[in-house]
Amino acid sequence: MLLPRYTRQPLIPDPGFVLYIDARRLVLLTIFIQQLVNGLSLGSIYALIALGYTMVYGIVKLINFAHGEILMVGAYTAYYVLRTVGASPLGLALAFAAAMIVCGITGITIERFAYRPLRSSPRLNSLITAIAMSLILQNGVRVLPFAGPNPRQFPTMDTIMVPFGAVSVSNIQIIVITVSIVLMLILNYIINWTKTGKAMRAVSFDMQAASLMGISVNRIIAFTFALGSVLAAAGGILYATAYPQIEPTMGAMPGLKAFVAAVLGGIGSVPGAMLGGYILGVAETMTKGFLSSQFADAISFSILILILLVKPTGIMGQKTRVKV
Amino acid sequence: MMPERKLSNLILLAVLAVVIVFVPALLISVGVLDAYTAQILTIAGINAMMAISVNVICGLTGQLSLGQAGFMAIGAYVCIWLAQTVGVPLPFAIFVSGIVAAFSGFLIGFPTLKLSGDYLAIVTLGFGEILRVIFVNFKSFTGGANGKRFTTILAARADYAWIVIIGSLVLVVVFLQNFFRSTYGRAILSVREDEIAARSNGINAFKYKMAGFVIAAFIAGIAGGLYAPFIGFIKPDLASFNRSIEYLIYSVLGGLGSVTGSILAAYILTYLQEFLRFLQDYRLLFYPVILILVMLFRPQGMLGTREVSFVGIWNRLKTLRREANEQKN
Amino acid sequence: MSKKTEAAKKACRLSDVLMTVDDISIVFGGLRAVSEFSCTLKQGELVGLIGPNGAGKTTVFNMLSGIYTPTEGTICYTDARNRVHPVHAKKPHQLSKLGIARTFQNIRLFGNLTVEDNVLIAMHAQRKITPLSALFRTPAYYRDEQEKRTRVRELLTLFKIESRIHELARNLPYGEQRKLEIVRALSTNPQLLLLDEPAAGMNPQETQELMELIRFIRREFNLTILLIEHDMRLVMGICERLMVLDYGRTIAEGLPGEIQKDPAVIKAYLGEEAVSDA
Repeated sequence: MLLPRYTRQPLIPDPGFVLYIDARRLVLLTIFIQQLVNGLSLGSIYALIALGYTMVYGIVKLINFAHGEILMVGAYTAYYVLRTVGASPLGLALAFAAAMIVCGITGITIERFAYRPLRSSPRLNSLITAIAMSLILQNGVRVLPFAGPNPRQFPTMDTIMVPFGAVSVSNIQIIVITVSIVLMLILNYIINWTKTGKAMRAVSFDMQAASLMGISVNRIIAFTFALGSVLAAAGGILYATAYPQIEPTMGAMPGLKAFVAAVLGGIGSVPGAMLGGYILGVAETMTKGFLSSQFADAISFSILILILLVKPTGIMGQKTRVKV
Repeated sequence: MMPERKLSNLILLAVLAVVIVFVPALLISVGVLDAYTAQILTIAGINAMMAISVNVICGLTGQLSLGQAGFMAIGAYVCIWLAQTVGVPLPFAIFVSGIVAAFSGFLIGFPTLKLSGDYLAIVTLGFGEILRVIFVNFKSFTGGANGKRFTTILAARADYAWIVIIGSLVLVVVFLQNFFRSTYGRAILSVREDEIAARSNGINAFKYKMAGFVIAAFIAGIAGGLYAPFIGFIKPDLASFNRSIEYLIYSVLGGLGSVTGSILAAYILTYLQEFLRFLQDYRLLFYPVILILVMLFRPQGMLGTREVSFVGIWNRLKTLRREANEQKN
Repeated sequence: MSKKTEAAKKACRLSDVLMTVDDISIVFGGLRAVSEFSCTLKQGELVGLIGPNGAGKTTVFNMLSGIYTPTEGTICYTDARNRVHPVHAKKPHQLSKLGIARTFQNIRLFGNLTVEDNVLIAMHAQRKITPLSALFRTPAYYRDEQEKRTRVRELLTLFKIESRIHELARNLPYGEQRKLEIVRALSTNPQLLLLDEPAAGMNPQETQELMELIRFIRREFNLTILLIEHDMRLVMGICERLMVLDYGRTIAEGLPGEIQKDPAVIKAYLGEEAVSDA
């Protein structure tokens, strides 16, 4: 990156004093704001996926290892829709709808057949099943004759850069951020203003008591999985739009990072997942901008280890006491 | 449980051990046992050792540590470095690689064993991956992502390899049984059963969790130290998450808490993997599907927490023979 | 060392005082579960800690046995060699070695291990061997094991459950599970035994047997016993002294007879109206 020779530039016309900011600092400020925007865009995606992790953990205390693969399924579904219909705004909307439906059904099926029978088993068993499920999805898509292990190019719209001064935002980023915020608002409404949302919160608090109150626990859990999967589908499509190469293992990295985001925000806490997603997204892009891209992945791991050692319950999580 | 310590039982087990370690080696050197089968059976022995390592920490100590492949990789790299670069004799190198892996287990155990359940699982999974990235970047030492090749006597002579590897497996099993059927083993089991009750009855839970963790790391290190010279090739992938899961699968299938179960499962699955090569990519679906089926229908695996008792089998055979004789008369 | 600890230690050194608890309190995230609980336990006493549900009795036990650390206050304990230790900051396994043993409200046995193993584990702290001798099965190891197993058998016979010796602990009937928990606690060679609701879930006859059992072990094993209990027959029957807790505070202390008539106690258990009836 070539820096201009050290020069002074007045930023504001002289009203009696002059604000001097040198070019180097101006460039750094620009990078900072640019990466902030990038981070918000990436963070929105992480937040959407993290919400799935956190809701499932909150309600059945299970880390759904297969969640990253759900986003991959969403991306693939959207791929086929877009290839058929074309990468127009209508096509994109159809892709979203189709992917959300497919992923929702996948999520419910997985829960019904792999996780529900193990609800009363020791935690290790559910964890192993979740890991196995993620491998099945990954390798399943891999062996599907029309999918295959090779990466495919995700159809995207043409990128238009919108300049804001020295900083530019792409239309894709705008779409990512807007769609994410809309979805999160809808989720917030569902959780806090509907009866089903109340039931979800009740079940995550105390499953037995909720069932005694007449809540169909199985239905609510299925609904939670569906909701998480729908958000993951959206996250997957947005991710594929931003990084347009899809392949069967694409879900692993964003899935892992979204998991870190969920833990960072406090696993089990919905606002925590959103917060964690944005923090992680910005941290990652800042690292890419100011340090090096190689370290960006390591940052996520390091954050994870740091939180687990310092405050395992995360930013917004609460400590649970074991009754002796 | 301590069976009556009859001399005859000890002799039986000693003879069995000698037979297992030396007879196949003889068959290999003579050519009766072909190289391909010998390779599979030997690799299965190393897989069995890794499955035992997972079993020690997950089954016997009750801690969800899923990064044992990381310790295996540490053992592998240390052993090769000692044997090739430093020029230490191989048996010594293998032993030291176990010690180094155990020591790294000690260091890593300190911060992580305070975590419980899911969190511990995640951190240990991440540990293996972080190790892999470190190894990939440490090109001068490890040869980078493509790994390093080398020749050793173990790679060259399959009969020596059998004696060393299966012999090590037998030693590991013997010492492990001695340890876990003693008061120390009981202390570790008590931490698994109910940590609060154990602490209230004089057991320092953290110390014994550490003990289980370090022992598991040691075994994994030895396995790595045996693996590298035998295969003649190491890649940083050895530390990856996928390998840890593979060994976890062996252990779960055999039964978490059963050492002989791990050995059985390792042998069956290693053989099956070779046998199913014709399935090609579908093979990748095989393991996880089996795993889920086991979790759903027989979560305790093949043997649960019971062990195969050779003495018991021998006694049963003797009783059968006695009954057959009585019937004749 | 603070003045309070000094004073507590001094009190402990007086002839037959086993434990001095000085104004211990514990706060859980804003809730004061126990406030300024104090007591003195003398050698050989049989003391009862009673109070309505949620009063904080088990929390007190947890502080005495090291599972919780009090946020305020001190606890001093005199061990078998007459040395005084401040124990409020010690961990459970350290306290066990000093001679404090406890049982739990909801039985905490090692369910998947045998009865014999359950008791053997509690003897681990008294081992005289090293890991190497276990690894190589030296004669010293076998001697130690034999001694331990003989002692286990003796203890189990004393409590009449020796026929169960090789059964898994989780398969025992409830009453025998409770006995096993007490046997396990006794095998740590304690001076002070904390019993948390030992009669929970027992019928009148079992309770009667338990009362005799508690008296018996106090004599046989030279114990000081502090117990939490709701069954008034047992409490009035064997306790020499009572302390009553309500909402984390001590509301009465004294002889059983006095406590029975104490208005504050009646109010705590039965409510305001009952006081005027008494």
